Amino acid sequence: SPNSLPHSTPFSIKSTNTHKNQKTFLNLSAPLPLLNKSIPKSYKLTFGFHFEFPHLLIFHNPPFFFNFKKMASIFQGVGTATTLSSSASFDSNKFHPSSRRSLSERKVSFLVVRSDAAKMNPGLNKIGGRADQLVTNAVATKPDTSAASTAASKSGHELLLFEALREGLEEEMERDSRVCIIGEDVGHYGGSYKVSKGLAPKYGDLRVLDTPIAENAFTGMGIGAAMMGLRPIIEGMNMGFLLLAFNQISNNCGMLHYTSGGQFKIPVVIRGPGGVGRQLGAEHSQRLESYFQSIPGIQMVACSTPYNAKGLMKAAIRSDNPVILFEHVLLYNLKETIPDEEYVLNLEEAEMVRPGEHVTILTYSRMRYHVMQAAKTLVNKGYDPEVIDIRSLKPFDLHMIGNSVKKTHRVLIVEECMRTGGIGASLTAAINENFQDFLDAPIVCLSSQDVPTPYAGTLEEWTVVQPPQIVAAVEQLCR
Amino acid sequence: MAIWLAGRRGASYCVKALISTTFRSSRSYTTAFASNGNSDSLFFCGNSSSAAVFGSQRFESTKARQQLDLLSSDDDEEQNQGVDFPGGRVAFTSEMSFLPESSEKRVQCYRVLDDNGYPLSSTQFKHVSKELAVKMYRGMVTLQTMDTTLYEAQRQGRLSFYVTSYGEEAINLASAAALGFDDLILPQYREAGVLLWRGFTLQEFVNQCLGNKNDYGKGRQMPIHYGSNKHNYFTVSSPIATQLPQAVGVAYSLKMDKKDACVVTYFGDGSTSEGDFHASLNFAAVMEVPVVFICRNNGWAISTPITEQFRSDGIVVKGQAYGIRSIRVDGNDALAIYNAVGVAREMAIKEQRPILIEALTYRVGHHSTSDDSTKYRPVDEIEHWKTARNPVSIFRKWVQRKGWWSDEEESEFRANVRKQVMDAIQVGEKIEKPPLADMFSDVYEEVPSNLMEQERLVRDTVKRHPQDYPTNIPL
Repeated sequence: SPNSLPHSTPFSIKSTNTHKNQKTFLNLSAPLPLLNKSIPKSYKLTFGFHFEFPHLLIFHNPPFFFNFKKMASIFQGVGTATTLSSSASFDSNKFHPSSRRSLSERKVSFLVVRSDAAKMNPGLNKIGGRADQLVTNAVATKPDTSAASTAASKSGHELLLFEALREGLEEEMERDSRVCIIGEDVGHYGGSYKVSKGLAPKYGDLRVLDTPIAENAFTGMGIGAAMMGLRPIIEGMNMGFLLLAFNQISNNCGMLHYTSGGQFKIPVVIRGPGGVGRQLGAEHSQRLESYFQSIPGIQMVACSTPYNAKGLMKAAIRSDNPVILFEHVLLYNLKETIPDEEYVLNLEEAEMVRPGEHVTILTYSRMRYHVMQAAKTLVNKGYDPEVIDIRSLKPFDLHMIGNSVKKTHRVLIVEECMRTGGIGASLTAAINENFQDFLDAPIVCLSSQDVPTPYAGTLEEWTVVQPPQIVAAVEQLCR
Repeated sequence: MAIWLAGRRGASYCVKALISTTFRSSRSYTTAFASNGNSDSLFFCGNSSSAAVFGSQRFESTKARQQLDLLSSDDDEEQNQGVDFPGGRVAFTSEMSFLPESSEKRVQCYRVLDDNGYPLSSTQFKHVSKELAVKMYRGMVTLQTMDTTLYEAQRQGRLSFYVTSYGEEAINLASAAALGFDDLILPQYREAGVLLWRGFTLQEFVNQCLGNKNDYGKGRQMPIHYGSNKHNYFTVSSPIATQLPQAVGVAYSLKMDKKDACVVTYFGDGSTSEGDFHASLNFAAVMEVPVVFICRNNGWAISTPITEQFRSDGIVVKGQAYGIRSIRVDGNDALAIYNAVGVAREMAIKEQRPILIEALTYRVGHHSTSDDSTKYRPVDEIEHWKTARNPVSIFRKWVQRKGWWSDEEESEFRANVRKQVMDAIQVGEKIEKPPLADMFSDVYEEVPSNLMEQERLVRDTVKRHPQDYPTNIPL
């Protein structure tokens, strides 16, 4: 729970509900008593929020915060927005004195900290109107399992993610004799993460080709083969090594279909494990989606479960566009039951992991699991987050994302990329551009810091967004 | 007591001293010290009897060797069967010697005709029919004339950019003539002649340079970035050497399909410095794919002469380093090129192996229309190669001597081609440019929604500012 956040987190929220039916003052500063005049300076959070003494907080849109559990009893039967807003609103002047007493009194209240813009802000009514729904739904339990990803069929089979990838590969190689695999150690060694295990004995050394160590060369080779009609799957042993193939990917893979006037197409799949692992060192913890996202002509997808791994692999192989499939080093051993029937997923679609009402959390790959863990905590606290695994990194599924934003009006992006220039940065821009009017709060983006990943396990853990930070961000966002 | 090595050679001994562990020979023996330093040589060189006195710290063996094949000492052979290491068995030697960085004699260059077009007496070459020879010659003249005319057109502002192939006409046409139509070509950018041989018309060339609607590339690329899948000629991509690994991939697909065809890829001397070159040769050798690598060593990479590009004896010696059969050919000699490429192609297909051909030539023209090569090389050098060593003239002399060509035909043909090119330019300039929609199509298989949106935004902007929109690009 956030109360027990270690000091390394930017801030912690203390909610002290010692008195029922009374107002709780929420202390938003770091663990120091509010009455203390030496109020701590503002705390910069990893996601850039600037916190000072609460009543000085200025937001562009009034965030709405209340303690759900307590409010459920108070607002039962409160229907209209106006009532809610009137009882809820109090301006900062009033706030100030109460803040001084509040710690000792431990009152329960809900706070609306408003800027000037709040006066005519129609969002307030919206907030109020939503409160009914929020109240009634807040305590209901939402299915936490990723229902979207498991099929209804009971007769599925259980396997690990890397086996799912292999199944997808094998099915496509069986179906189309033009499909081949090119990479280092993919043949008889079976791939460094065993994704192509057993395929070389089955399909031969030529179709599952071991190459010398030259990423730019074998990526170029795959492109040449693709221009001839083959459908190669180019494996980078680690995504970071594909930086060496950047020239071929950017200048040729994404471009030749265009510059040749459509005469030559490049139906390659470029895949490999990336992301921050367990003490793999900085060079093996790269998040290449940041660098590739700008290349025109390519598509990018990120798998996160065995179900979508197999489906996306098959879709990527069948697509005539060059597709980069991002896998994560730490997700290869995830277990799931997937359907026996053949299925192919849509490359451009996002996945609704957990429908909700209060906040849209957009994530992908491994961060999905951190988000879901945080979601458990959030549900216990009475929040109802909507979690979407965006899956398609280029292009973004703005349809699903947009619908979600229109519903919840708050967005939190949780990603593993660095702060600067990552997928989150682009997604923030895209949502701001397209759904500005539907946002009640600035988009919050939780990312890794702009540092090379440290080797020390403890530090490595703190470069990656952890569930408590996600919980804190949601709580902050939903104030 | 010193332990002497087996394989004594008369009075000289081979001794391994415990001086530097980096100089290990493959012989497994315990380290030994020379017991005395009178006339014993520390290390034995094939040719030397001048001994270094022990303790003088000078090693005879650091002297360069004459020939590589003197390395294996004869008397060692009966005494050892070699040692096993990953990669196979290797005979060991008691002599520590370094392979010289270059051999005394450079690799020889295969040539059929001399500078005056007379066949060298000793050269064997395949008989070339009149039809083929005349077609090759006409192709070379066409290429030269097209280059001249389009270069002038660029200078007049009718084209934005152009690259000539002066000096390399023989490489272009003769190599193309030696290939089959099913052989796939991955060019660099100075191989327009190969496409010409395959039937690309002057109008098609000009259309690409002008970027009009009839360009197969839909006007998206710079001039001279030709590409035509129906001629089996892959679209030119500007970064150098990127086509080399792709060539290996194309050959890999041929190997999978077991086709009776090979891949031919061209590149310049500058490209051999790129990592892609080395990796591609290595890949091709390891994968045993039918690729013919043709290097146009024309002496210059923009302003970088080959003395600044590499220190090896050209490119042909690099082939052996990767396990590739290689040959050096006179690139200004059309018949030599024709023969060599023909044989290379046979070997590549039959034996499923890569072949490397280094064609020595000279880049008579500037690197491109953005370059003025007189800035970095003497004008008389250019003139020399343009006149005395001109591949077109050399071949012309040979063809004319055979009675297959005449001066009248020459002037008539040249005038004819020039006129054709000028007409093609005029026709091409009248053809409209590709529409705006082509800026957004073919990025993906189907235009995705974000690109449709971006196209819409562009069109909106055009509607608001119609006077700023170029008049020759249809909406």
